Parts: sequence; C-alpha cells; structure tokens
Amino acid sequence: MALLEITNLHVALEDGTEIVKGVDLALDTNEKHAIMGPNGSGKSTFAYALMGHPAYEITEGDIVLDGESIVELGADERAQRGLFLAFQYPHAIPGVTVTSFLRSAINAKRKAANGGEENPVAVKEFRTDLLAAMEHLKVPRELAQRYLNDGFSGGEKKRVEILQMAMLKPRIAILDETDSGLDIDALRIVAEGVNALVGADMGALVITHYQRILNYVTPDHVHVFAGGRIVASGGAELAHRLEAEGYEAFIPAGVGGGEGS
Amino acid sequence: MSTAENDLVQGIRNEYKYGFSNPDEAKDYFFKSGRGLSHEVVEAISQHKNEPEWMRAFRHKSLDYFYARPLPTWGGNLAEIDFDNIYYYIRPTEKQVDRWEDLPAEILDTWDKLGIPQAEKKYLAGVGAQYESEVVYHKLQADLEAKGVIFLDMDSALRDHEDIVKQYMGTIIPQNDNKFAALNSAVWSGGSFIYVPPGVSIEMPLQAYFRINAENMGQFERTLIIVDEDAYVHYVEGCTAPIYSSDSLHSAVVEIVVKPRGRCRYTTIQNWSNNVYNLVTKRAVAYEDATMEWVDGNLGSKLTMKYPAIWLMGERAHGEVLSIAFAGKGQHQDAGGKVVHVAKNTTSVITSKSISKDGGRGGYRGLLEVAKGASGSKSKVVCDALILDEDSRSDTYPYIDVKENDVDLGHEATVSKIGEEQLFYLMSRGLSEAEASAMIVAGFVEPITKELPLEYAVEMNRLIQLQMEGSVG
Repeated sequence: MALLEITNLHVALEDGTEIVKGVDLALDTNEKHAIMGPNGSGKSTFAYALMGHPAYEITEGDIVLDGESIVELGADERAQRGLFLAFQYPHAIPGVTVTSFLRSAINAKRKAANGGEENPVAVKEFRTDLLAAMEHLKVPRELAQRYLNDGFSGGEKKRVEILQMAMLKPRIAILDETDSGLDIDALRIVAEGVNALVGADMGALVITHYQRILNYVTPDHVHVFAGGRIVASGGAELAHRLEAEGYEAFIPAGVGGGEGS
Repeated sequence: MSTAENDLVQGIRNEYKYGFSNPDEAKDYFFKSGRGLSHEVVEAISQHKNEPEWMRAFRHKSLDYFYARPLPTWGGNLAEIDFDNIYYYIRPTEKQVDRWEDLPAEILDTWDKLGIPQAEKKYLAGVGAQYESEVVYHKLQADLEAKGVIFLDMDSALRDHEDIVKQYMGTIIPQNDNKFAALNSAVWSGGSFIYVPPGVSIEMPLQAYFRINAENMGQFERTLIIVDEDAYVHYVEGCTAPIYSSDSLHSAVVEIVVKPRGRCRYTTIQNWSNNVYNLVTKRAVAYEDATMEWVDGNLGSKLTMKYPAIWLMGERAHGEVLSIAFAGKGQHQDAGGKVVHVAKNTTSVITSKSISKDGGRGGYRGLLEVAKGASGSKSKVVCDALILDEDSRSDTYPYIDVKENDVDLGHEATVSKIGEEQLFYLMSRGLSEAEASAMIVAGFVEPITKELPLEYAVEMNRLIQLQMEGSVG
C-alpha cells in the first residue's frame, strides 16, 4: 500500500457544487507525480481538499495516509502527520518573521509527535538547519527576518514555500502551481529544491498548468486532470504529448473545464 | 457627622492598633477604612499620613470638584460604579520595607507569585510594589542613588522632597481636569516619584507594580516623574487584581515633565481582573528636543478609559504613543492617546492596535491637536483594529484639531478580521487553530511589542496567548 491512497474522492463547495468527481491516486515516498490540467479543471480544489480546507467538503471517497483515513482531520493534524501544501498564493502574516513562524511550525509538529507535550527544537540546531536550508535554496539571508510573505515578490513567496517544505520535512508534499509567476532562475531553484527533497523520506505531487516546471522536475507519473477527474495517466512522456497536442485531445466529450479552479 | 460615618473614619484617625474597621474582612491588614467617600474620609487619610496643610486643602478642594462634576457620558458605561461600596484607603502593613523577606508572608507570597523579586534581580534598576493603598516594598540600586536619582513612593516623596512635589503636583493634570483626576487628587495614596538629575541615563527600567487584593478596593496611586535635562528613564508599571464578583476601582493620575533633551519612556502592562474599572489620567509635557514615549498595553479590566497625553511644549520635542488594547469577554477597552503640538517643528506618532474577541469591545479614541504657531510640525496617526469574531466590536474616534497651516499630518486606519484563508495557511503548517490565531494576533501587535524590553515582550505575548485561549478570567 502506498503512503498516500486517494480513492474515489469527491469534493463539493459549501453550496453543494461538486468540483472533484471521483479521483483515485496512489503516491509513495521517492515518487514524483505531476497533475496537469487546464484552468478550472478542479486541480487546486483537489489540493486544498487533500490538505483539509474547511470550505471544501469531501462528500464521497477516502484519503488514507500511512494506513489511516485523514478525511475527518483538520489541516493542522494532517500537517502533523506529514502532509504539506505549497500554496499558489501564500498568505501574508504581518508582524511574524519567517524565522519565528518556522520555529513555531516546527515546534507544533514536534509537540504533536511527542504526544502533545512541548518539545521545542534547540535554538542552535534550528538556526543551523535554517541557515543551511536557506543557503541551499538560495533564499537571501535578509528574508529570514522579514515578516512572512508580507510585501514579498512572487518569486520570494515561492522560494519561502519551498524553504518551509525543506524545514518541515513532510512525507508528502503537494505543490499547487508553484511554478506560476516564476522566472526561469527561480523556477530552477524551486525545482532543484523539490528534486533534492524527494527521496526515501518524501514523495511529491506537483500540480501545474504548464509543462515548463516538468523540464526541471522529471515526474515518474503524469496525470491529466479535467472536469474534476483524472482522464489520463502515464509516464513523463505524457507531459510532452500534452505540450504538443494540447488538453483538448485528452478531454472526453462532455467533460468541460468545469467550475472552480 | 452621622454615627455610621463616625465609625467609618474612627479607625483612620486613631493609632494603628485600632485600625481595623471591620476585623472579619480585613483581618490581615494593618489598617482599613470603611466603605464610601466623604470629606471625613479625605480628612482622615490626610491626617493618617500626617500631611502638610496645603496637601490637606488640595484633597478637600479636589473632592468638591469630584462632587461637582457629572459622570462622563462618553466612553464606557460608568453608571454602574457604586462609589459608596468602595474602600478608599487600605494600609496593609505598618511600614515600608526594602527587603522582600521583611514583608508579611502572605503579601510576599503574592509578589513571589507575580515574579517581582525575581525580575528585580535580573533586569530592574529599582522596584516599587504597591499593595492596596500603600507601597509596601521599595528599593533603588545604590549606584543610582549615589548619582542623585530619586525613586520613592509618592507619600515618602511628599515627606522628604516636599518642595519638588508641591512645585509640580497638579500642574500637569489640574485637580479639576476631569472627574476621576479630581477623585484621585482627593484620595490619592502611593504611586511613584522619580527625579532623574541632568545627564543621568538609567539603563535598566524602574518598575512599579500595583496590586489590588481586597474586594471593592479603590486604588488611587499618584505618580510624578521629572526627567531633567539630557537625562533618561524607562519606567514600567504592571497591575493585577484577584477576581471578585463585585467591582473594584483603579483611578490613577500620572504626571510627567521631560526637560530639554531629556527622554522618558513609560510602559504599562495593565492586566487587571475583569471586575476592575480602570479610569486613569496620564499626561506628560516635553520641552525643547525632549522625547516622551507612552507604551500602553491594556489587556485586563472591565472598563478601561485611558488616553495617555503628551504636550509638546518646546521646539523639536517628539512624542510617541503606542497603544495596545485587547478586549475579551465582558471587557471594554476605550484606549487611545492625545498629542498636542504647542511648539514649532514638533513631531509625534500615535500607533494604536486594538483587538476584540468573544463579544469584547475595543477601540481607539485619540486627539491630535496642532496649536496656532506650531508650524513645521509633523504627526502620524495609525490605528488598526482586529476583530476576531462576529460578536465583538471596535470603535475608532480619531479627533483632529489643526490650527496651523504649515503642518504635515498623516492618518491611517484599518479594520480587519482574521480570515479563514490566513488561518488555513498557518494550520497547514501544523499549528492548531488557537496557535494560528494567537500568531496572527501577536504579529498584529508586533510593532508595539518589538519596542518593549525582551522580558516584557515575552510577558505581553504570553498574556495575549492566555487571552486567546480564553483562560484569563
């Protein structure tokens, strides 16, 4: 059994509109999956629902992480169990520095891992890890003392998302259109970050509209997402076919772009 | 005088051994007056303190002003204050000490629980600890004393430095300034007196701690701070009280004079229990090139009405008010600040952050005034409100009165709510909803907490976290 097993997942908005209409997906550590799809196909809703966004209701199906269903858990508990979502539009938290935020997030995970008892990371160890990760991901030093995403450029936000991923060491990372709005240099750094982290301890699900990021993150599996469903799956070559032929070739008749995104 | 009033004041006038007007209620106190307010009570307090005639007259005159003034009808609801049910004077111990271990065990225990002796050892230059009406412990580092710094409780200052007290008291805040300043002027007891000589810079803060312990207590400390030319002091006050089902009243008056090129920072971390009315008048005057800073954190109390003020009297004087108000369940924080630009080229910044939660009502009430002739003045007012749920409320009353054309003024106000998306973002990193909310709130007030010495910033964040968890009574 894979680390993350998604079966027949249906997701609806609060008003009942169904956006995700039965998705099956299995993802393991040491695997890179890409989900590609047109705007409005339900990719982001799928990502949010996996992470536990309260506005998206799972109406049918299951998400099983490490053998346990997580559909009833809040986003915090899912994160504590090793799920991570890199946001397409990360939110600003004015007044909270990147450093202080990361330390709190790490300590929240450590607390959960320690049966609810505080077990804060040693200041020195945290600092060493942070500096190493920033160096590796080419995140400018000064960003660590700035308020999280507050006034960050698009590229800075995405790099800091990857920095969070590196520091929080999830087992499954979902990247929601992390490539959008990045120049080539930033894209390369983000992709290298993903490549470096995927391994024995982590698997990744890269959600994207474009083929571009897949030039740097070579996926093991590519899934085409349309109308709230996976309509085709294959290897890395599928991404190139998509690029050449467009999404239309993969969308069965009657399955439109659909609502939401 | 009626018999009842006679009984009421009897103890105050007598020697200490007769001091207890109600032995059952006041069993551990050295002296306790009865409930209620009258000229007899004022007279008795003054006699008990053995004050000079001018102070006795000042008190009586003030009480007349108090009686003559109506209750304010703006701000919060003051109509429920039962002035007849309040104890206006309680003296807990016979004499003030300068060694903690000399305090009665139960009072020392209170201070220990509040962490004051420990804080003194670590990072304070001097401490005054007021329990009910009197400062029971007071101490200043010896080297500061040698430099001529005076740090005393106000009663001792009146005895030892009567000339300075007489020169300044009631000049910054006249006794008839407002109803509660008049009340304080009539029944004041305790508070701090600080004089910093020219050129002396006190690196570590001086701290006063105010503790209300008895039910229906009225605490009326009076503070006077004089920072001489080129001198600096940071004064910090903290305040707490036990939780009772009926109300207590805290009504202080704080007057500050900052002479040319001097700087005074006054930090308050107010954490009264939710049965305390906190009605305080604070005002400073700053002369040429002087700087006055109020850092005002209001977390506790039932109702707080407090607007620390700065009058910029000398050219290039600078004033700052940083105000945090957190209104939880059953609380109304009517906080804010006032700056009056009197002289040319004066500058000021008012930053207010109010948070309301669980039906609490927070807000900002401020005055920015530029007098005719104060040309070249600059001021910036920023007031931000964060409302945590639908039941809570925030009000902003930013009064601006400018009588001079050549000025540069800025005013910004925002009201925000914690968004679901912001919470989800933080929770997706493993923080619980409470932790995520607390982090957003801590970030919201960070522009102010970053101005505090580390220990106080930690304390402020801890108190905010407790408020967020709803575990502060």
